[in-house]
Amino acid sequence: MSVLVYTESEEGKFKKTAYEVVSYARGIADMMSTTVTAVAVNAEETASLGTYGADKVVHIKSDKLSKFTANAYAAALTEVAKKEASKVVVLSSSANAKYLAPLLAVDLEAGYASNVVALPESEAPFKVKRTAFTNKAFNHTEITTDVKIIGLSKNSFGLKEAQKDATEETFEPNLDDSQFKVEVQSVDKVKDKVTIADAEIVVSGGRGLKGPENWGMVEEMADILGAATACSKPVSDMGWRPHSEHVGQTGKPVASNLYIAIGISGAIQHLAGINASKTKVVINTDPEAPFFKAADYGIVGDAFEVVPKLNEKLKEFKANNS
Amino acid sequence: MKILVCISHVPDTTSKINFTDNDTKFDTNGVQFVINPNDEFGLTRAMWFKEKQGATVDIINVGGPETEPTLRKALAIGADSAIRINTEALDGFQVAKELSAVAKEGNYDLIIAGRESIDYNGGMVPGMLASLLGASFVNTCISLEVDGDTATAVREIDGGKETVTAKLPLVVGGQKGIVEESDLRIPNMRGIMMARKKPLEVKEPQGASTETSAVSFEKPAPKGDVKLISPDNLDELIDLLHNEAKAI
Repeated sequence: MSVLVYTESEEGKFKKTAYEVVSYARGIADMMSTTVTAVAVNAEETASLGTYGADKVVHIKSDKLSKFTANAYAAALTEVAKKEASKVVVLSSSANAKYLAPLLAVDLEAGYASNVVALPESEAPFKVKRTAFTNKAFNHTEITTDVKIIGLSKNSFGLKEAQKDATEETFEPNLDDSQFKVEVQSVDKVKDKVTIADAEIVVSGGRGLKGPENWGMVEEMADILGAATACSKPVSDMGWRPHSEHVGQTGKPVASNLYIAIGISGAIQHLAGINASKTKVVINTDPEAPFFKAADYGIVGDAFEVVPKLNEKLKEFKANNS
Repeated sequence: MKILVCISHVPDTTSKINFTDNDTKFDTNGVQFVINPNDEFGLTRAMWFKEKQGATVDIINVGGPETEPTLRKALAIGADSAIRINTEALDGFQVAKELSAVAKEGNYDLIIAGRESIDYNGGMVPGMLASLLGASFVNTCISLEVDGDTATAVREIDGGKETVTAKLPLVVGGQKGIVEESDLRIPNMRGIMMARKKPLEVKEPQGASTETSAVSFEKPAPKGDVKLISPDNLDELIDLLHNEAKAI
Protein backbone atom coordinates (compact mmCIF):
# COMPACT_ATOMS: atom_id res chain seq x y z
CA MET A 1 0.00 0.00 0.00
CA SER A 2 2.98 2.29 0.51
CA VAL A 3 3.48 5.28 -1.76
CA LEU A 4 6.24 4.41 -4.21
CA VAL A 5 8.66 7.10 -5.32
CA TYR A 6 11.38 6.80 -7.93
CA THR A 7 14.53 8.67 -6.89
CA GLU A 8 16.94 9.59 -9.65
CA SER A 9 20.66 9.65 -9.26
CA GLU A 10 23.57 10.44 -11.50
CA GLU A 11 26.83 8.58 -11.12
CA GLY A 12 25.47 7.33 -7.83
CA LYS A 13 24.63 10.76 -6.42
CA PHE A 14 21.01 11.66 -5.82
CA LYS A 15 19.68 14.65 -7.73
CA LYS A 16 17.97 17.40 -5.79
CA THR A 17 14.67 16.45 -7.42
CA ALA A 18 15.02 13.01 -5.83
CA TYR A 19 14.65 14.62 -2.40
CA GLU A 20 11.80 16.78 -3.65
CA VAL A 21 9.79 13.80 -4.91
CA VAL A 22 10.41 11.97 -1.62
CA SER A 23 9.15 15.04 0.30
CA TYR A 24 6.05 15.02 -1.89
CA ALA A 25 5.50 11.27 -1.52
CA ARG A 26 5.75 11.75 2.27
CA GLY A 27 2.99 14.35 2.01
CA ILE A 28 0.72 11.91 0.15
CA ALA A 29 1.57 9.04 2.51
CA ASP A 30 0.56 11.22 5.47
CA MET A 31 -2.75 12.02 3.75
CA MET A 32 -3.36 8.31 3.20
CA SER A 33 -1.87 7.17 6.53
CA THR A 34 0.65 4.93 4.90
CA THR A 35 4.41 4.66 4.36
CA VAL A 36 6.87 5.81 1.70
CA THR A 37 9.00 3.36 -0.25
CA ALA A 38 11.71 4.95 -2.35
CA VAL A 39 13.24 3.11 -5.29
CA ALA A 40 16.87 3.93 -6.03
CA VAL A 41 18.98 2.50 -8.83
CA ASN A 42 22.72 2.00 -8.35
CA ALA A 43 22.87 4.91 -5.88
CA GLU A 44 25.08 5.87 -2.94
CA GLU A 45 24.05 7.17 0.46
CA THR A 46 20.52 5.85 0.22
CA ALA A 47 20.00 6.61 3.93
CA SER A 48 19.77 10.29 2.95
CA LEU A 49 16.32 9.57 1.51
CA GLY A 50 15.13 8.99 5.09
CA THR A 51 15.83 12.64 5.88
CA TYR A 52 12.91 13.58 3.62
CA GLY A 53 10.54 10.92 4.85
CA ALA A 54 11.30 7.59 3.15
CA ASP A 55 10.50 4.67 5.47
CA LYS A 56 12.10 2.13 3.22
CA VAL A 57 14.50 2.13 0.30
CA VAL A 58 14.33 -0.57 -2.33
CA HIS A 59 17.79 -0.42 -3.80
CA ILE A 60 18.14 -1.89 -7.26
CA LYS A 61 21.73 -2.79 -7.99
CA SER A 62 22.08 -3.96 -11.54
CA ASP A 63 24.80 -3.54 -14.14
CA LYS A 64 22.11 -3.87 -16.79
CA LEU A 65 20.64 -0.60 -15.54
CA SER A 66 23.91 1.33 -15.50
CA LYS A 67 22.65 3.23 -18.55
CA PHE A 68 19.12 4.60 -18.50
CA THR A 69 16.85 2.46 -20.66
CA ALA A 70 13.24 3.55 -20.32
CA ASN A 71 11.61 0.16 -20.91
CA ALA A 72 13.91 -1.66 -18.50
CA TYR A 73 13.53 1.00 -15.82
CA ALA A 74 9.76 0.92 -16.27
CA ALA A 75 9.78 -2.88 -15.96
CA ALA A 76 11.86 -2.73 -12.77
CA LEU A 77 9.58 -0.09 -11.23
CA THR A 78 6.51 -2.10 -12.22
CA GLU A 79 7.89 -5.11 -10.41
CA VAL A 80 8.58 -3.12 -7.24
CA ALA A 81 5.21 -1.35 -7.37
CA LYS A 82 3.43 -4.70 -7.60
CA LYS A 83 5.53 -6.21 -4.82
CA GLU A 84 4.75 -3.25 -2.56
CA ALA A 85 1.09 -3.17 -3.69
CA SER A 86 1.52 0.58 -4.20
CA LYS A 87 -1.53 2.58 -5.20
CA VAL A 88 0.39 5.79 -5.86
CA VAL A 89 3.69 6.13 -7.73
CA VAL A 90 5.52 9.47 -7.72
CA LEU A 91 8.04 10.50 -10.38
CA SER A 92 9.87 13.74 -11.17
CA SER A 93 9.56 15.76 -14.38
CA SER A 94 13.07 15.05 -15.63
CA ALA A 95 13.55 13.99 -19.25
CA ASN A 96 14.10 10.40 -18.11
CA ALA A 97 11.08 10.35 -15.80
CA LYS A 98 8.85 11.72 -18.56
CA TYR A 99 10.28 9.09 -20.89
CA LEU A 100 9.46 6.15 -18.65
CA ALA A 101 6.17 7.37 -17.10
CA PRO A 102 3.84 6.46 -19.99
CA LEU A 103 5.48 3.03 -20.28
CA LEU A 104 5.01 2.47 -16.57
CA ALA A 105 1.41 3.67 -16.85
CA VAL A 106 0.60 0.98 -19.42
CA ASP A 107 2.45 -1.71 -17.43
CA LEU A 108 0.60 -0.84 -14.22
CA GLU A 109 -2.71 0.03 -15.93
CA ALA A 110 -2.41 3.27 -14.05
CA GLY A 111 -3.72 6.73 -14.89
CA TYR A 112 -0.89 9.23 -15.17
CA ALA A 113 -0.99 12.95 -14.47
CA SER A 114 2.12 14.91 -15.47
CA ASN A 115 3.28 18.39 -14.38
CA VAL A 116 1.49 18.16 -11.02
CA VAL A 117 2.16 21.17 -8.80
CA ALA A 118 0.61 20.34 -5.40
CA LEU A 119 -0.49 17.55 -3.10
CA PRO A 120 -3.77 15.89 -4.17
CA GLU A 121 -6.77 18.09 -3.41
CA SER A 122 -8.73 15.05 -2.34
CA GLU A 123 -8.07 11.35 -2.01
CA ALA A 124 -11.49 10.12 -3.22
CA PRO A 125 -11.97 11.25 -5.90
CA PHE A 126 -8.20 11.40 -6.39
CA LYS A 127 -7.78 14.88 -7.77
CA VAL A 128 -4.57 16.75 -8.56
CA LYS A 129 -3.70 20.19 -9.84
CA ARG A 130 -1.37 20.31 -12.83
CA THR A 131 -0.22 22.93 -15.29
CA ALA A 132 -1.73 22.94 -18.78
CA PHE A 133 -1.59 25.13 -21.86
CA THR A 134 2.16 25.46 -21.24
CA ASN A 135 1.75 27.21 -17.90
CA LYS A 136 -0.97 29.54 -19.15
CA ALA A 137 -3.50 27.68 -16.97
CA PHE A 138 -3.96 25.00 -14.34
CA ASN A 139 -6.02 21.90 -14.81
CA HIS A 140 -7.68 19.91 -12.02
CA THR A 141 -7.48 16.29 -13.08
CA GLU A 142 -9.09 13.29 -11.52
CA ILE A 143 -7.24 10.01 -11.83
CA THR A 144 -9.86 7.28 -11.91
CA THR A 145 -7.75 4.11 -11.95
CA ASP A 146 -6.87 1.97 -8.94
CA VAL A 147 -3.15 2.75 -9.30
CA LYS A 148 -2.15 6.35 -9.91
CA ILE A 149 1.07 7.85 -11.28
CA ILE A 150 2.02 11.43 -10.53
CA GLY A 151 4.74 13.37 -12.35
CA LEU A 152 5.70 16.21 -10.02
CA SER A 153 6.66 19.53 -11.55
CA LYS A 154 10.15 20.58 -10.56
CA ASN A 155 10.44 23.13 -7.74
CA SER A 156 6.70 23.10 -7.11
CA PHE A 157 6.77 21.34 -3.74
CA GLY A 158 10.28 21.97 -2.41
CA LEU A 159 12.32 19.98 0.07
CA LYS A 160 10.68 19.18 3.39
CA GLU A 161 12.65 17.35 6.04
CA ALA A 162 10.79 14.57 7.85
CA GLN A 163 13.41 12.35 9.44
CA LYS A 164 12.79 8.59 9.19
CA ASP A 165 15.22 5.77 9.64
CA ALA A 166 14.90 4.30 6.20
CA THR A 167 15.44 0.56 6.09
CA GLU A 168 17.17 -0.74 2.98
CA GLU A 169 16.37 -3.76 0.89
CA THR A 170 18.36 -4.80 -2.15
CA PHE A 171 16.32 -5.88 -5.12
CA GLU A 172 17.21 -7.71 -8.30
CA PRO A 173 14.58 -7.13 -11.02
CA ASN A 174 13.78 -9.71 -13.68
CA LEU A 175 14.84 -8.09 -16.91
CA ASP A 176 14.77 -9.66 -20.33
CA ASP A 177 16.17 -8.65 -23.71
CA SER A 178 12.86 -7.26 -24.95
CA GLN A 179 13.34 -4.33 -22.58
CA PHE A 180 16.59 -3.36 -24.26
CA LYS A 181 15.28 -2.86 -27.80
CA VAL A 182 16.47 0.73 -27.67
CA GLU A 183 20.24 0.62 -27.21
CA VAL A 184 22.19 3.56 -25.90
CA GLN A 185 25.25 4.06 -28.12
CA SER A 186 26.73 7.19 -26.62
CA VAL A 187 25.91 9.92 -24.12
CA ASP A 188 27.10 13.43 -24.73
CA LYS A 189 26.64 15.41 -21.57
CA VAL A 190 28.03 18.78 -20.71
CA LYS A 191 30.29 18.40 -17.71
CA ASP A 192 31.14 21.18 -15.25
CA LYS A 193 28.19 23.23 -16.42
CA VAL A 194 24.85 23.69 -14.76
CA THR A 195 22.01 22.38 -16.90
CA ILE A 196 18.74 24.24 -17.39
CA ALA A 197 16.84 21.28 -15.95
CA ASP A 198 18.81 21.25 -12.70
CA ALA A 199 19.57 24.96 -12.31
CA GLU A 200 18.33 27.06 -9.39
CA ILE A 201 19.11 30.17 -11.40
CA VAL A 202 18.87 30.65 -15.15
CA VAL A 203 20.39 33.63 -16.98
CA SER A 204 18.86 34.07 -20.40
CA GLY A 205 19.70 36.32 -23.35
CA GLY A 206 17.59 37.54 -26.27
CA ARG A 207 17.87 39.35 -29.54
CA GLY A 208 18.61 42.57 -27.67
CA LEU A 209 22.16 41.31 -27.23
CA LYS A 210 22.71 41.89 -30.96
CA GLY A 211 25.02 38.96 -31.69
CA PRO A 212 26.62 35.77 -30.35
CA GLU A 213 29.87 37.62 -29.67
CA ASN A 214 28.14 39.52 -26.85
CA TRP A 215 27.30 36.47 -24.73
CA GLY A 216 30.44 36.84 -22.61
CA MET A 217 28.64 38.95 -20.03
CA VAL A 218 25.72 36.50 -19.88
CA GLU A 219 28.10 33.63 -19.28
CA GLU A 220 29.97 35.67 -16.72
CA MET A 221 26.77 36.33 -14.77
CA ALA A 222 25.92 32.63 -14.93
CA ASP A 223 29.39 31.79 -13.60
CA ILE A 224 29.07 34.21 -10.70
CA LEU A 225 25.64 32.89 -9.74
CA GLY A 226 26.27 29.22 -10.48
CA ALA A 227 23.48 29.50 -13.02
CA ALA A 228 22.63 27.87 -16.34
CA THR A 229 22.55 29.94 -19.53
CA ALA A 230 19.52 29.99 -21.79
CA CYS A 231 18.19 31.98 -24.74
CA SER A 232 15.04 33.02 -26.55
CA LYS A 233 13.74 31.31 -29.69
CA PRO A 234 15.01 33.84 -32.29
CA VAL A 235 18.48 33.55 -30.80
CA SER A 236 18.55 29.77 -31.26
CA ASP A 237 16.86 30.02 -34.69
CA MET A 238 19.60 32.41 -35.86
CA GLY A 239 22.20 29.98 -34.57
CA TRP A 240 23.71 32.40 -32.06
CA ARG A 241 23.25 29.80 -29.33
CA PRO A 242 22.63 26.02 -29.41
CA HIS A 243 19.03 24.72 -29.55
CA SER A 244 19.51 23.06 -26.20
CA GLU A 245 19.50 26.56 -24.66
CA HIS A 246 16.18 27.59 -26.23
CA VAL A 247 13.57 28.03 -23.51
CA GLY A 248 9.91 28.69 -24.21
CA GLN A 249 6.82 26.95 -25.46
CA THR A 250 8.53 24.86 -28.14
CA GLY A 251 11.86 24.80 -26.32
CA LYS A 252 12.65 23.77 -22.79
CA PRO A 253 10.44 24.71 -19.89
CA VAL A 254 12.13 26.54 -17.02
CA ALA A 255 11.07 26.20 -13.39
CA SER A 256 14.01 27.76 -11.60
CA ASN A 257 14.06 29.85 -8.44
CA LEU A 258 15.36 32.86 -10.33
CA TYR A 259 15.13 33.68 -14.03
CA ILE A 260 17.05 36.67 -15.34
CA ALA A 261 16.06 37.81 -18.84
CA ILE A 262 18.47 40.08 -20.64
CA GLY A 263 17.37 41.75 -23.87
CA ILE A 264 14.30 39.50 -24.17
CA SER A 265 11.08 41.32 -25.05
CA GLY A 266 8.85 38.54 -23.71
CA ALA A 267 6.74 37.03 -26.49
CA ILE A 268 3.77 35.09 -25.12
CA GLN A 269 5.42 31.78 -26.14
CA HIS A 270 8.57 32.67 -24.25
CA LEU A 271 6.71 33.75 -21.13
CA ALA A 272 4.67 30.54 -21.15
CA GLY A 273 7.85 28.50 -21.04
CA ILE A 274 9.45 30.34 -18.14
CA ASN A 275 6.34 31.17 -16.13
CA ALA A 276 6.91 28.45 -13.57
CA SER A 277 10.06 30.21 -12.34
CA LYS A 278 9.61 31.76 -8.92
CA THR A 279 11.29 35.14 -9.32
CA LYS A 280 11.73 36.85 -12.67
CA VAL A 281 14.02 39.75 -13.46
CA VAL A 282 14.05 41.60 -16.77
CA ILE A 283 16.64 43.96 -18.16
CA ASN A 284 15.50 45.70 -21.33
CA THR A 285 15.82 49.10 -22.98
CA ASP A 286 12.15 49.17 -23.97
CA PRO A 287 9.84 49.93 -21.01
CA GLU A 288 6.90 48.73 -23.14
CA ALA A 289 8.38 45.23 -23.57
CA PRO A 290 5.75 42.65 -22.50
CA PHE A 291 8.27 41.01 -20.18
CA PHE A 292 7.84 43.86 -17.69
CA LYS A 293 4.26 42.67 -17.14
CA ALA A 294 5.46 39.17 -16.26
CA ALA A 295 8.50 40.07 -14.18
CA ASP A 296 8.89 40.72 -10.46
CA TYR A 297 11.82 43.11 -10.85
CA GLY A 298 12.70 45.16 -13.87
CA ILE A 299 15.46 47.47 -15.01
CA VAL A 300 14.80 49.74 -17.95
CA GLY A 301 18.25 50.17 -19.36
CA ASP A 302 20.84 49.14 -21.89
CA ALA A 303 22.08 45.63 -21.16
CA PHE A 304 25.54 46.56 -22.41
CA GLU A 305 25.82 49.10 -19.61
CA VAL A 306 23.74 47.42 -16.90
CA VAL A 307 24.98 43.84 -17.09
CA PRO A 308 28.74 44.48 -16.67
CA LYS A 309 28.00 46.76 -13.72
CA LEU A 310 25.59 44.23 -12.23
CA ASN A 311 28.17 41.48 -12.63
CA GLU A 312 30.70 43.49 -10.62
CA LYS A 313 28.13 44.05 -7.87
CA LEU A 314 27.12 40.38 -7.87
CA LYS A 315 30.76 39.35 -7.55
CA GLU A 316 31.11 41.64 -4.55
CA PHE A 317 27.90 40.27 -3.04
CA LYS A 318 29.04 36.68 -3.54
CA ALA A 319 32.45 37.45 -2.00
CA ASN A 320 30.74 38.83 1.11
CA ASN A 321 28.02 36.19 1.37
CA SER A 322 29.62 32.83 0.90
CA MET B 1 8.72 2.48 -45.39
CA LYS B 2 5.25 3.16 -44.00
CA ILE B 3 5.09 6.17 -41.73
CA LEU B 4 2.22 7.35 -39.54
CA VAL B 5 2.33 10.86 -38.10
CA CYS B 6 0.03 11.67 -35.18
CA ILE B 7 -1.39 15.17 -35.45
CA SER B 8 -2.83 17.05 -32.52
CA HIS B 9 -5.15 19.98 -33.25
CA VAL B 10 -4.17 22.71 -30.78
CA PRO B 11 -4.64 26.44 -30.19
CA ASP B 12 -2.02 28.58 -31.88
CA THR B 13 0.91 29.44 -29.58
CA THR B 14 -0.17 33.09 -29.39
CA SER B 15 -3.72 32.24 -28.22
CA LYS B 16 -5.16 33.79 -25.12
CA ILE B 17 -6.41 30.95 -22.94
CA ASN B 18 -9.92 31.26 -21.49
CA PHE B 19 -12.49 28.82 -20.15
CA THR B 20 -16.27 28.57 -20.28
CA ASP B 21 -19.04 26.52 -18.66
CA ASN B 22 -17.95 27.31 -15.14
CA ASP B 23 -14.27 26.78 -16.02
CA THR B 24 -14.85 23.22 -17.21
CA LYS B 25 -14.25 23.76 -20.94
CA PHE B 26 -11.60 25.47 -23.04
CA ASP B 27 -13.10 28.50 -24.74
CA THR B 28 -12.47 28.06 -28.47
CA ASN B 29 -14.07 31.40 -29.27
CA GLY B 30 -11.75 33.41 -31.52
CA VAL B 31 -8.98 30.82 -31.22
CA GLN B 32 -6.96 29.84 -34.26
CA PHE B 33 -6.13 26.13 -34.33
CA VAL B 34 -2.91 24.76 -35.76
CA ILE B 35 -0.92 21.55 -36.08
CA ASN B 36 0.74 20.97 -32.71
CA PRO B 37 4.27 22.42 -33.21
CA ASN B 38 6.00 19.28 -31.88
CA ASP B 39 3.98 17.21 -34.39
CA GLU B 40 4.80 19.58 -37.24
CA PHE B 41 8.54 19.06 -36.72
CA GLY B 42 7.90 15.30 -36.94
CA LEU B 43 5.67 15.63 -40.01
CA THR B 44 8.39 17.62 -41.75
CA ARG B 45 10.91 14.89 -40.97
CA ALA B 46 8.45 12.35 -42.40
CA MET B 47 8.35 14.39 -45.64
CA TRP B 48 12.13 14.17 -45.77
CA PHE B 49 11.96 10.34 -45.55
CA LYS B 50 9.29 10.32 -48.25
CA GLU B 51 11.37 12.43 -50.63
CA LYS B 52 14.85 11.10 -49.89
CA GLN B 53 14.30 7.44 -49.02
CA GLY B 54 10.85 6.64 -50.37
CA ALA B 55 8.02 6.34 -47.87
CA THR B 56 4.29 6.74 -47.62
CA VAL B 57 3.10 9.17 -44.99
CA ASP B 58 -0.31 8.82 -43.38
CA ILE B 59 -1.50 11.24 -40.74
CA ILE B 60 -3.93 10.51 -37.95
CA ASN B 61 -5.92 12.44 -35.39
CA VAL B 62 -8.46 11.59 -32.72
CA GLY B 63 -11.12 14.27 -32.77
CA GLY B 64 -14.35 15.64 -34.16
CA PRO B 65 -14.96 17.16 -37.62
CA GLU B 66 -13.59 20.50 -36.38
CA THR B 67 -10.06 19.06 -36.61
CA GLU B 68 -10.30 18.43 -40.37
CA PRO B 69 -8.88 21.82 -41.49
CA THR B 70 -5.76 20.98 -39.45
CA LEU B 71 -5.54 17.58 -41.17
CA ARG B 72 -5.98 19.22 -44.59
CA LYS B 73 -3.10 21.53 -43.76
CA ALA B 74 -0.92 18.52 -42.97
CA LEU B 75 -1.99 16.99 -46.30
CA ALA B 76 -1.11 20.27 -48.03
CA ILE B 77 2.36 20.06 -46.49
CA GLY B 78 2.66 16.72 -48.29
CA ALA B 79 1.21 13.79 -46.34
CA ASP B 80 -0.47 11.20 -48.58
CA SER B 81 -3.65 10.43 -46.71
CA ALA B 82 -5.40 11.22 -43.47
CA ILE B 83 -7.37 9.24 -40.91
CA ARG B 84 -9.63 10.87 -38.36
CA ILE B 85 -10.91 8.74 -35.51
CA ASN B 86 -14.28 10.26 -34.91
CA THR B 87 -14.45 10.82 -31.19
CA GLU B 88 -13.58 13.52 -28.73
CA ALA B 89 -10.04 13.19 -27.33
CA LEU B 90 -10.62 12.83 -23.58
CA ASP B 91 -7.31 11.73 -22.10
CA GLY B 92 -3.91 10.48 -23.17
CA PHE B 93 -4.68 6.82 -22.56
CA GLN B 94 -7.92 6.84 -24.55
CA VAL B 95 -6.17 8.59 -27.46
CA ALA B 96 -3.22 6.17 -27.37
CA LYS B 97 -5.59 3.21 -27.30
CA GLU B 98 -7.65 4.48 -30.25
CA LEU B 99 -4.46 5.22 -32.20
CA SER B 100 -3.01 1.79 -31.41
CA ALA B 101 -5.98 -0.01 -32.97
CA VAL B 102 -5.53 1.80 -36.29
CA ALA B 103 -1.73 1.65 -36.13
CA LYS B 104 -1.82 -2.12 -35.64
CA GLU B 105 -3.99 -2.56 -38.73
CA GLY B 106 -1.72 -0.31 -40.79
CA ASN B 107 1.54 -2.15 -39.95
CA TYR B 108 3.58 1.02 -39.81
CA ASP B 109 7.38 0.90 -39.61
CA LEU B 110 7.67 4.30 -38.04
CA ILE B 111 5.18 6.33 -36.03
CA ILE B 112 6.04 9.94 -35.26
CA ALA B 113 4.18 11.97 -32.66
CA GLY B 114 5.15 15.13 -30.80
CA ARG B 115 6.74 14.79 -27.36
CA GLU B 116 3.67 16.59 -26.00
CA SER B 117 0.77 18.69 -27.22
CA ILE B 118 0.95 22.35 -26.28
CA ASP B 119 -2.60 22.36 -24.88
CA TYR B 120 -2.81 19.60 -22.26
CA ASN B 121 0.96 18.96 -22.09
CA GLY B 122 0.25 15.38 -21.02
CA GLY B 123 3.35 14.01 -22.76
CA MET B 124 2.04 10.47 -22.62
CA VAL B 125 0.49 9.49 -25.96
CA PRO B 126 3.69 8.49 -27.82
CA GLY B 127 5.01 6.34 -24.94
CA MET B 128 1.67 4.68 -24.28
CA LEU B 129 1.17 4.02 -27.98
CA ALA B 130 4.61 2.39 -28.23
CA SER B 131 3.89 0.30 -25.19
CA LEU B 132 0.47 -0.82 -26.45
CA LEU B 133 2.02 -1.78 -29.81
CA GLY B 134 5.09 -3.43 -28.29
CA ALA B 135 7.19 -1.11 -30.47
CA SER B 136 10.49 0.58 -29.62
CA PHE B 137 10.15 4.09 -28.22
CA VAL B 138 12.41 7.13 -28.28
CA ASN B 139 11.20 10.30 -26.61
CA THR B 140 12.35 13.94 -27.02
CA CYS B 141 13.85 12.93 -30.34
CA ILE B 142 16.05 15.61 -31.98
CA SER B 143 17.50 13.62 -34.86
CA LEU B 144 16.27 10.55 -36.69
CA GLU B 145 17.77 8.40 -39.44
CA VAL B 146 16.51 5.07 -40.72
CA ASP B 147 18.65 2.46 -42.45
CA GLY B 148 16.86 -0.79 -43.35
CA ASP B 149 15.14 -2.02 -40.22
CA THR B 150 17.22 0.02 -37.80
CA ALA B 151 16.79 3.61 -36.69
CA THR B 152 19.47 5.81 -35.21
CA ALA B 153 18.04 8.59 -33.10
CA VAL B 154 19.35 11.32 -30.87
CA ARG B 155 17.39 11.96 -27.73
CA GLU B 156 17.59 15.16 -25.74
CA ILE B 157 18.35 14.47 -22.08
CA ASP B 158 18.75 16.88 -19.18
CA GLY B 159 22.04 18.62 -19.88
CA GLY B 160 22.97 16.88 -23.08
CA LYS B 161 22.01 14.29 -25.62
CA GLU B 162 22.13 10.59 -26.13
CA THR B 163 22.47 8.60 -29.33
CA VAL B 164 20.46 5.40 -29.48
CA THR B 165 19.71 2.70 -32.01
CA ALA B 166 16.39 0.90 -32.20
CA LYS B 167 14.81 -1.75 -34.37
CA LEU B 168 11.67 -0.84 -36.28
CA PRO B 169 8.77 -0.62 -35.66
CA LEU B 170 9.55 2.50 -33.72
CA VAL B 171 7.48 5.24 -32.13
CA VAL B 172 9.17 8.59 -31.57
CA GLY B 173 8.14 11.60 -29.52
CA GLY B 174 9.57 14.38 -31.66
CA GLN B 175 10.36 18.01 -31.03
CA LYS B 176 12.30 20.90 -32.54
CA GLY B 177 15.63 19.53 -33.72
CA ILE B 178 14.21 16.49 -35.55
CA VAL B 179 14.09 19.20 -38.23
CA GLU B 180 15.06 22.83 -37.87
CA GLU B 181 12.55 25.66 -37.65
CA SER B 182 13.77 26.83 -41.08
CA ASP B 183 12.88 23.42 -42.57
CA LEU B 184 9.18 23.82 -41.77
CA ARG B 185 7.02 24.18 -44.87
CA ILE B 186 4.29 26.63 -45.56
CA PRO B 187 1.77 24.91 -47.87
CA ASN B 188 1.76 26.43 -51.36
CA MET B 189 -1.30 26.81 -53.58
CA ARG B 190 -0.59 23.59 -55.47
CA GLY B 191 -0.26 21.70 -52.18
CA ILE B 192 -3.52 23.15 -50.91
CA MET B 193 -5.35 22.22 -54.14
CA MET B 194 -3.96 18.69 -54.07
CA ALA B 195 -4.82 18.29 -50.39
CA ARG B 196 -8.51 18.73 -51.22
CA LYS B 197 -8.41 15.58 -53.34
CA LYS B 198 -6.36 13.45 -50.96
CA PRO B 199 -8.23 10.78 -48.98
CA LEU B 200 -9.40 11.69 -45.50
CA GLU B 201 -10.93 8.61 -43.97
CA VAL B 202 -13.22 8.91 -40.97
CA LYS B 203 -13.09 5.85 -38.73
CA GLU B 204 -15.42 5.10 -35.89
CA PRO B 205 -13.73 4.75 -32.49
CA GLN B 206 -13.23 1.52 -30.52
CA GLY B 207 -14.76 3.19 -27.51
CA ALA B 208 -11.54 3.07 -25.49
CA SER B 209 -11.87 3.93 -21.82
CA THR B 210 -10.18 6.81 -20.03
CA GLU B 211 -7.99 6.76 -16.94
CA THR B 212 -8.10 10.44 -16.08
CA SER B 213 -10.59 13.22 -16.45
CA ALA B 214 -9.89 16.93 -16.75
CA VAL B 215 -12.47 18.17 -14.25
CA SER B 216 -11.89 21.91 -14.33
CA PHE B 217 -9.46 24.67 -15.21
CA GLU B 218 -8.11 27.71 -13.51
CA LYS B 219 -6.11 30.68 -14.71
CA PRO B 220 -3.04 31.68 -12.74
CA ALA B 221 -3.62 34.47 -10.22
CA PRO B 222 -2.93 37.88 -11.76
CA LYS B 223 0.61 39.04 -11.18
CA GLY B 224 1.47 42.03 -9.07
CA ASP B 225 3.16 44.98 -10.72
CA VAL B 226 6.83 44.79 -11.58
CA LYS B 227 9.14 46.61 -9.21
CA LEU B 228 11.26 48.93 -11.33
CA ILE B 229 14.81 49.54 -10.22
CA SER B 230 16.97 52.32 -11.55
CA PRO B 231 20.02 51.17 -13.54
CA ASP B 232 22.01 53.49 -11.25
CA ASN B 233 20.90 51.65 -8.15
CA LEU B 234 21.83 48.03 -8.78
CA ASP B 235 22.54 47.50 -5.07
CA GLU B 236 18.80 47.73 -4.56
CA LEU B 237 18.20 44.86 -6.99
CA ILE B 238 20.75 42.69 -5.22
CA ASP B 239 19.21 43.58 -1.87
CA LEU B 240 15.70 42.68 -3.10
CA LEU B 241 16.86 39.43 -4.65
CA HIS B 242 18.67 38.50 -1.45
CA ASN B 243 16.30 39.70 1.26
CA GLU B 244 12.86 39.84 -0.34
CA ALA B 245 12.86 37.13 -3.01
CA LYS B 246 15.53 35.04 -1.23
CA ALA B 247 16.65 34.01 -4.70
CA ILE B 248 20.39 34.65 -4.30
